[in-house]
Amino acid sequence: MKLAVCLGNVPDTTTKVKFSNNNTAFDKTGVQWIINPWDELALTRAIELKEDSGNPVDTVTVITVGLTDAEPTIRKALAIGADNAIRINAEPTDAYVVAAQLAEQLKKNDFDIILCGIESSDYNGFAVGGMLAEFLDYLSVSAVSHFTITGNDLEITRDIDGGKEIVQVEAPLVAIVQKGITKEPRIPAMRGIMMARKKPLEVVEPIDVEVMTEFSGFEPPQSKPPCKMIDAENVKELVELLQNEAKVL
Amino acid sequence: MAVLVYAENWDGKFKKLTFELISYASKIAEMLNTSTSVVSIGKVEESELNKLGNYGALKVLKVEDDQFKNLDNQVYTNIIFQAAQKEEADVILLAHNNTGKALAPRLSVKLKAALGSSLIALPSSLEPFTVYKKVFSGKAYANIILKSDKKVLTLAQNSFKLIETDIQASIESFAPEIDETEIKTKVKDTQKQTGKIILTDAEIVVSGGRGMRTGDNWGPLEELAAALGGALACSRPVSDEGWRPHEEHTGQTGKIIAPNLYIAVGISGAIQHLAGVSSSKYIVAINTDPDAPIFEAADYGILGDAIKVLPELVNAVKEMKSQQ
Repeated sequence: MKLAVCLGNVPDTTTKVKFSNNNTAFDKTGVQWIINPWDELALTRAIELKEDSGNPVDTVTVITVGLTDAEPTIRKALAIGADNAIRINAEPTDAYVVAAQLAEQLKKNDFDIILCGIESSDYNGFAVGGMLAEFLDYLSVSAVSHFTITGNDLEITRDIDGGKEIVQVEAPLVAIVQKGITKEPRIPAMRGIMMARKKPLEVVEPIDVEVMTEFSGFEPPQSKPPCKMIDAENVKELVELLQNEAKVL
Repeated sequence: MAVLVYAENWDGKFKKLTFELISYASKIAEMLNTSTSVVSIGKVEESELNKLGNYGALKVLKVEDDQFKNLDNQVYTNIIFQAAQKEEADVILLAHNNTGKALAPRLSVKLKAALGSSLIALPSSLEPFTVYKKVFSGKAYANIILKSDKKVLTLAQNSFKLIETDIQASIESFAPEIDETEIKTKVKDTQKQTGKIILTDAEIVVSGGRGMRTGDNWGPLEELAAALGGALACSRPVSDEGWRPHEEHTGQTGKIIAPNLYIAVGISGAIQHLAGVSSSKYIVAINTDPDAPIFEAADYGILGDAIKVLPELVNAVKEMKSQQ
């Protein structure tokens, strides 16, 4: 089986978010980039599946849409254990553009399982995985928190509102994963970092995709009144405030 | 032209989020000078379907065929797609829950429609069609122009008020053209929480962090949640330690929730945690550290040890409830 993992290159989650061009663009100055946290979980699970010799997984390919500033992220993915990488040389403008670019490259290679994180921590679109599946006309399973392969059977646990479902499907498939899929994202070891330098990273040019969305303006969160402190000896007051002032009880 | 909503049901019942979505869709329909149609998949009683009219739906297409009882993302996308064509819908709306997140992106591609996801307000303008959402996990808000003729929108939970109407919805059966062989997702087992309030639906959430010291100390938190009729949640270290199941983890990589009241007990409030809870209407923080960032996000705070404060809080809540 050939696995692919789609990676997003996102600002570190502790980044102080600033905007430029009259608040219409994210200001990338001084930003540290990381693998989108959900994609990192997907990658870790893909590597685990490959390492478990009982599984028929041959290769794990990582693919991203990004300019040269995305290369450290994709090298990190190779260091974590991916076999090879593809970078589509385009600005990841929105989810639709990203999914269309990914689909174009992925369909050339007959991947059996494509893993995506459920969300990206920058624009929080929850969109690329589902869009990609539709572009490829693949089955998709979303909110995946457990994934095992037995022969050709894929057993997947997905979250539903108020519970879980265990579903059985066959490849080809886009699995859209969330927390729970693996215990912790893997950190590259020194040996992995050395090996990553020699692993193939293919850079391909993008196709033309119509851009259907545009940011017209970003705003900072509204400032809120300061926290009202209540004496620990007088918790009754808190209950009264919640009941009469906030009116939430 | 119409506005089309996919109304999911849970064992034949709709939830508050369904009615929020219909209310929201009907407001958009009003702005566009059109009406709201709904597609429902699965067995739902007529009396339940009628409730959709109470929030503005003029027409309900019901797809009751038993072969569609389990969610298959491709098949459901196709059903909604066909309903959208039948209704000549330009705006298609889904809830931003597990199902909506799974279907909306697929629909967006199938309809060649721009996607506006997790919206928290009505479009600020129709020309251009401008939607509003949180980005960077709550660190900013964005106005986004959707430039395509068709649009797919998902509405964040607990972000739009219910608007009641006295519309009597017309209900008709709808038989989408789908071949049995297209259904490829086989559900082997369903595990539903019983008797518990679902975290993402809960109006009150009681959440514990590392300040609880060990998983064995959760008793008073459970008691508080029960007394308030709320759900339990936890911070990431707590689920990583295995003190609580990962389903309860709220935060950037866990569940994103927007209850009316969020009580953070022994949670310092790292930026990743706040990303999951900052949409709460009110936040209460109980923490020993006066410099904990949770106090900056909170509306009410108690500086103190959770283990000591909790039992008193449980008593105070119980006393208040007994007087209600």
